[in-house]
Order: sequence, then C-alpha cells, then structure tokens
Amino acid sequence: MEVETVVDTGESQTAGVNRGPSSAPLRLVVNGATRVVDLEPRTSLLDALREHMQLTGSKKGCDQGTCGACTVWVDGRRVLSCLTLAVTCEGREVTTIEGLATDGELHPMQRAFIEHDAFQCGFCTPGQIMSAVALIEEGNATTDADIAEFMSGNICRCAAYPNIRAAIREVRDASA
Amino acid sequence: MRPLSYARVADVDAAVALVSADPASEFLAGGTTEIDLVRLGVHRPDRLVDINALALAEVEELDGGGLRIGALARMSDVARTPIVAERYPAVSQALLLGASEQLRNMATMGGNLRQRVRCAYFRDGISPCDKREPGTGCSAIEGLNRGHAILGTSASCIATHPSDVAVALVAFDAVVRTVGPDGEREIPIDDFYLLPGDTPHLEHPLVHGELIVAIDLPPLPVAARSLYLKFRDRQSYEFALVSVAAALEVQDSLVSEVRLALGGVGTKPWRARRAEQQLLGGLAEPDGFASAAAVELAAAEVRRHNAFKVPLAERAIIRGLTRALNGGAQ
Repeated sequence: MEVETVVDTGESQTAGVNRGPSSAPLRLVVNGATRVVDLEPRTSLLDALREHMQLTGSKKGCDQGTCGACTVWVDGRRVLSCLTLAVTCEGREVTTIEGLATDGELHPMQRAFIEHDAFQCGFCTPGQIMSAVALIEEGNATTDADIAEFMSGNICRCAAYPNIRAAIREVRDASA
Repeated sequence: MRPLSYARVADVDAAVALVSADPASEFLAGGTTEIDLVRLGVHRPDRLVDINALALAEVEELDGGGLRIGALARMSDVARTPIVAERYPAVSQALLLGASEQLRNMATMGGNLRQRVRCAYFRDGISPCDKREPGTGCSAIEGLNRGHAILGTSASCIATHPSDVAVALVAFDAVVRTVGPDGEREIPIDDFYLLPGDTPHLEHPLVHGELIVAIDLPPLPVAARSLYLKFRDRQSYEFALVSVAAALEVQDSLVSEVRLALGGVGTKPWRARRAEQQLLGGLAEPDGFASAAAVELAAAEVRRHNAFKVPLAERAIIRGLTRALNGGAQ
C-alpha cells in the first residue's frame, strides 16, 4: 500500500521542481488529507485518484476532456482530472465526490440527486454533482437556461437532464 | 501515454531557457490541448515544463483604454472580468461560448491561441496528414470534411482553426506579446496565424521555446458594442460550424467603422477584410450586409460535405451586422 495519511502542513507549491520520467513520491492533499503516492509525471490526476488512492468515485468516461465524468475541484474550481497531470496538483487542494459528505451526512446536492431521480446508470453522477455544487457557488445557476449552459460539460447518456436541473434548482433555492 | 519528465519553473526567463535549449521539451499551461494530444501520441515531448507558477494571469488596463491580458489568465476568469465584458463584449461572449466551464477554468489565453486543430485525421495519429507528418498528404480533402474550412485552404490542409476567442481578437487587431531566446516580440494577431499553404505544420511564427506572455487589445471604442454569434450542431459545448465577431459604427445612416471576423470557416481565425471594405461608407442596411457577405464568401472553396457553410456564413454575417447595428440587442 503506497498511500499514507499525514497531517496537512499547508505548504504551497514550490518552483524549481524536476521529476521523472520514473516514479517518485508525490504529496497530494485530497479531501483534506495529505497523501504521499509514488507517481510518474505522466500520471493524470484521475488515474492517481482511481488507481493509486483507491478513490474510484471520479469516473473515466472518455479520458480526453469531452464527457465530464472525471470532474473534481482543484483549489475549489471544477476541472477535468483526466486532462490534469497529478504532479501539477502538488501544493493544491483536490476535492472529489468522496469529500462531499461530512460525518456520514450526504451533501445536500447528493440528497437532491436521489430525491429527484437525477440519474439512471449513475456513471456520470459524481461528475454531475461536483459540477452542480460548483455551479451554484459560481452564480451560474440563476435560470434553467444558465443551468443547462453551464452544466453542458457533463454529458449524461441516460439523458437525466430534466431531473438533474430539478435537483440543482432545489439546492439553489434552499441555499438562497 | 509515453513516459514524460516534468519541470516546474518560477519565472519567464527560466521557462524560455529550459524549453529553447531542448527540442524535446514543451510548455505546459492549462493542459487541455497538450495533455490530450500527448495522450493521443500526436504531440511527443520528452519533458513538459509547467509554467503555471509564472506571474502572467492578470488583466491590466493600458494607457488610452486598451487592455493587456496575461497569457496564463484562464478563459473563465477573463470572460467575467468587467473591463473585458464592457470594452470588448465579443471577447467575453466568445470565451463563454467555447468549451465547458471545467475546460474554461483550466485553459489559458496563451494556450487558447496555440491550440491545435480538431481535424479527426490530424488527431488520429495514423491517417496521412501534412500538418502532423509533412509530405503525407491531406486525408480530409477527399474524406469526411463537413466541419472543415472553406477559406484559406490549400492542397495540403483544410482544417478549421477551432478557437472562438481568437476570432474576436483578430477582429480587434490584438497583439501577441512573446518572450523567446532572442528577446521580446510583438506580433499582430493576424500575422500570428499562418495560412497552411504547402507548410501546414507551421501554424505560427514562434520559434521553439518562445513563450506567449500577454495579449494586448488596443483601444477601440467601436468594440464596446461588439458581439459574437456562434452556430453549431448542438446548442452548447461544441465547436463552431460558423461564428461571427462583429462591431459596427454608423453616422448619418452610413457605415463609418466596421470590424468583422469569422470562425469555423477558415484555416485561421478569419478577418473579413473584403466585406469590411465593401461595407465602409455604404448604407447600413440588410441589402448592403448581404452583398458584403457575398463578396467575402466569393473566395470560398467548398468540398463534398461542407458547401452548406457558404450560405450559413453569409446569413451569419447578415445577422451579426444587423444585431451590431441595433447595439448588440438579441
């Protein structure tokens, strides 16, 4: 097991780094915990999460930045972990779907997705939820048209879009 | 993906020194093009030099009313910067109509200018492609070319330039500022993009290791009433079939100033200079717009699947100019 959890030292990113091509220990802060994993520079953040940290919530759909299933937050902004190299996240805070619930309580958006039946197969759902929470914080959930536009980077092959919008509306209105 | 080394640098000089000294090194900014193409095997660097720590992410006001946009400013941040949306609304609109919010949060302005084409034959890594592998030919000319260019094409390449924001920047005569191994340069954006000719692998005049550090927008009052329209196969998160950046000033019913550029139809972001010339001094009315559109598209060279782009582009120009005439109102 190459994962260890240590106290977050809060260190920021430093320049003058040279690594690779072979693997070396990399310190990443994921969902508030610092983890040190052996990674090659070519490893994507998505593969680091799924294959090296056993955080399989973030999904690999296309692996080329078109489906949104791998959406996570880096320093609070939603990004695509498939097009992000893990090594570039050193010193940054990564949040995944596994980091949304607190003390065993689902995040309101997770509850709203369940209540509104906002998924069928569920494969895109972690990415949808990471986008949806960020969407409200960005102020991009004001109208249905805004929700549709600013959620367009998360594809749902089951076409649960109306119910996804309903879940987002509910959380938006409850947090207003 | 091939194995990669990685370096992270703290300043522009170190970045330029590292990459220019090593033909197998490439810059890494937002990564939305670079990581994609490295994974596809289309880009084959041995080392990526991470420039995200460089202090190039600001949008500054320039004397006289222009703006300097740092090369590492992210698309989403630039789109929402009030002075960008007020002075150059077409820039802001073009940014928000491109990609998705996740990609816009990652992608940088400098990287946007240097993004590669979306031609499937370029991206697949195996088809004959003069851009990817000079001398092998162009698979798109006789292939599936519905999305391909109708202006600025050659026998070597008909790939469309995919950027939205570059179309607005070309309309406004932006200037690309770079730092390279031989020092600083300012390149007018229309010169920054090269037509494919018989050297489609050369897309811009930058030397290896030359880094875009900023994009300057000159003071341009007419741009404050500009707009960007985009037409595509689905309403969001799709590249343009045709797009238009337009700005218009009218005095005594006559066009006194006009800026017009097209996306989705050219091998580079297409400044519609023929149409601009036709419009200047003429009546600002739909017939004049239609005749200017026809003049610009007269040079179009269509292929089997993309002839529809000619009437689509003409109608897009008419609509763009009409809306610009009405102050950008929808």
